[in-house]
Amino acid sequence: MKSRGLAAVVQRGKWPRTQPMTGTIDNAAAARDISDCYHCGLPLPAAVEHEVVIGGAARAMCCAGCEAVASAIVAAGLDDYYLRRDNYPQSPREALPQVISQLTVFDQPDIQDRFVTEPAAHEREASLILEGITCPACVWLNETHLIHQNGVVAVNINYTTNRAVVRWDTQQTSLSQILAAINAIGYRAFPYDAQSLEASHKREARSLLARFAIAGLGTMQVMMYALPRYLADNGIDQGLYSLMNWAALILTTPVVFYSSLPFMSGAWRDIHNRRVGMDVPVAAAIIIAFTASVLATVTGEGEVYFDSVAMFVFFLLGARYLELKARHKAASHLESLSHAMPATANKLTGFPQSANSELVPAGSLTEGEYVLVRPGETIPADGVIEQGDSEIDESLMTGESMPVKKLQGQLVAGGSINRGNPLVVRVQRVGAETILSAIVKLMERASASRPRLQQITDRVAARFVAVILLLAVATAIWWLNNDAARTLPIVVSVLIVTCPCALALATPMAMAVATSSAAKRGLLVTRSHALETLARATHFVVDKTGTLTRGKPSVHAVYPLNAGREEALALAAALEQGSEHPVATALRNASDTSLCAEKVRNVPGCGVEGVVSGKRMRIGTERFAAGLSADANSGGIDAQIWLADEHAMLAGFDLQDELRPDAAGFIASLRAQGAKISLLSGDRPAIVRDTAMQLGIETWRATMSPEDKLEYVKALQAQGAVVAMIGDGVNDAPVLAQAQVAIALMSGAALAQGAADMVLLSGRLSDLTRLVQYSRRTLRIVRQNLGWAIAYNALAIPLAMTGYVTPWMAAIGMSASSLLVVGNAMRLAGERRAHRLVLVGD
Amino acid sequence: MDILFLLIPLSVALVLVVGLAFWWSVRSGQFDDLEGPAHRILEDDDAADK
Repeated sequence: MKSRGLAAVVQRGKWPRTQPMTGTIDNAAAARDISDCYHCGLPLPAAVEHEVVIGGAARAMCCAGCEAVASAIVAAGLDDYYLRRDNYPQSPREALPQVISQLTVFDQPDIQDRFVTEPAAHEREASLILEGITCPACVWLNETHLIHQNGVVAVNINYTTNRAVVRWDTQQTSLSQILAAINAIGYRAFPYDAQSLEASHKREARSLLARFAIAGLGTMQVMMYALPRYLADNGIDQGLYSLMNWAALILTTPVVFYSSLPFMSGAWRDIHNRRVGMDVPVAAAIIIAFTASVLATVTGEGEVYFDSVAMFVFFLLGARYLELKARHKAASHLESLSHAMPATANKLTGFPQSANSELVPAGSLTEGEYVLVRPGETIPADGVIEQGDSEIDESLMTGESMPVKKLQGQLVAGGSINRGNPLVVRVQRVGAETILSAIVKLMERASASRPRLQQITDRVAARFVAVILLLAVATAIWWLNNDAARTLPIVVSVLIVTCPCALALATPMAMAVATSSAAKRGLLVTRSHALETLARATHFVVDKTGTLTRGKPSVHAVYPLNAGREEALALAAALEQGSEHPVATALRNASDTSLCAEKVRNVPGCGVEGVVSGKRMRIGTERFAAGLSADANSGGIDAQIWLADEHAMLAGFDLQDELRPDAAGFIASLRAQGAKISLLSGDRPAIVRDTAMQLGIETWRATMSPEDKLEYVKALQAQGAVVAMIGDGVNDAPVLAQAQVAIALMSGAALAQGAADMVLLSGRLSDLTRLVQYSRRTLRIVRQNLGWAIAYNALAIPLAMTGYVTPWMAAIGMSASSLLVVGNAMRLAGERRAHRLVLVGD
Repeated sequence: MDILFLLIPLSVALVLVVGLAFWWSVRSGQFDDLEGPAHRILEDDDAADK
């Protein structure tokens, strides 16, 4: 259960007399802090301003939002919710009143088209996504609250998927009123496109489950009828034998004609397209064995194989069902990404003169317009914060669960969620140009192209199936000429025992599961070969600035000459006030001066000149700064940045780009895995050497131009190395393109045209460590599967051809092999295992 | 042993009924949410099933 450390169980019972004594939530509150909001569990402000009487006692609330929600719950007579729940709801914060006005958009017929059906006259049904469901009591609260609304006919909420289906009478209520009612009790509901991928996935899973279950039931019972035949030594009564065969025939019929339909239609499609797929031998085996058994039953002569047929179908469907579940799980992340963009936006029509807002479809926004994003809302387009600062939740894109602080002037991505204060955002990119849709496109590109490994296995599988069919025919001919009576069971055995599943199923499944697990941690695999190549990489080439370091230098040392330390920093900050250069940012951050520079002139590649407190000054390279006076003397100090006025050098500054905190762990884990590491940088040798020594990298090159880096990678490749290049994605594009697998640490704009095969959206190198281990694990599992498939078939096929395998043995052997392979691939989805692996690796 | 001539057809009929029942239950969505109903049964107030 998702819980903020609450271990409370739903307790039936009386209301507590005073707030922090007994009862469900109160236990939890006591364990946390007595001064928590009764509704949402957040800490209370020093002076409690909001109170609601619940269960006969006044309960303190943290904010007007919680007060409004709790009052609405009590007013609806649903205060039992507080006894039932075993987790706190999400805090509604202050977002409530405004959101309601926005909902009327969803009453418009053209918007409703996408997610509303009309099951009866005057009745409509909508699929909604419910946000804020934290425990089963939330489901109860929402259902009960909604059904009490005037005009609501039916409500059903799925706790697992957080989807709600609501049906209402159009003469009595409207969708916006229903959404507002959900809002009033502190949850958020959004329309949900029922025609989406997920709906079709659900149908697919349902139908497969039904087929699987029917086959299971049939198998169990048919086995009962087959058992006496295997056990009885001196023959069974002929009438009884015939009866049992007929019973088995009746029960196997639905298994063949209903459960095995997916194989039949697959085989038919393959034959129709003049191909041989893995469904062909399966279908052939089922049809031959079933037809022969039916004939034997009717004529009363020959063997029956109903048990083998039913079991074969049952086990095959089991493997298919597992595979389907894994594939759907893999697709769900992409699905949630493409649904993240909200449908509407609050456009500020007269900004900055007036704060009038108007609700418009998000797709109609254009560059330069201003939108208001309230707390809890999703940002409708990429843009720059014009007003306000807030915490932004980018977890969908980066996998980073903690909200990120964003200030005025910073870029925010559409699809991320505003968790803090209201923001005014100036729109920069909309719709298909946003970062979010770039991510979706990259992921689609990866899933559209098949990995090289898979292409090979597909080709091998197709040939393998063709060989199997030929072998079956050859076997049939040989046995017909030698022992005609045994031909049928042996041919059926050969067809059944061969298992192309390991080849055809397990590789794509392993890849899909791995890719989606990676994406959830903020690692985009944009080309399908990437995971496989990364696993084989022998040499990691790492860029320094922005990759191992944060790319945000800070002032490391100050060398005061003719000015005090603080004074020098203040002057430097004043001069750099207007510049966006990383150096300028570093100097600005080093001092909180109120000094201001005038007549600022920027000399690219040299520095900045300006007038501070009436004195002309320069900051920049040693030569540039010294150029202002004749007798400037740096006193033999080797500093990066110099500050000087018209009389003398004032101070020197050394900047240092801080290492990412996880850089050392990353390099250490690569070394532990036996990979070679090279550090390439355009920086001065001293700095690069320091970094390399700090991290334990033996091979490093300084003052490298992009061309030098390219040559370096080419030279490595000429020696046969498989090179993985890790860079920031912008400056390294040619090198990234040259390396066999390129990983970029980047965010935002550069995404779409990136040359990288993988993108690390989270910016955490520790995730990359995990990815490397993960890719190796994936490759290992694929290899295990292929190895198993080859060994199994090499052993089983000759045995079957020589008549040592009966059809039921073949069915068990083949299905055990498929299940083994699929189960092995499923291990990749195990999040916990992956984490444990990382711990060992660290 | 004669009883088998009755029991075997009976077992066939029984399996067919069970199979149909299961097929119907999957089709009507009873296996879509395997977690929520387990909690719902604890809630004594059935107002939601109006």
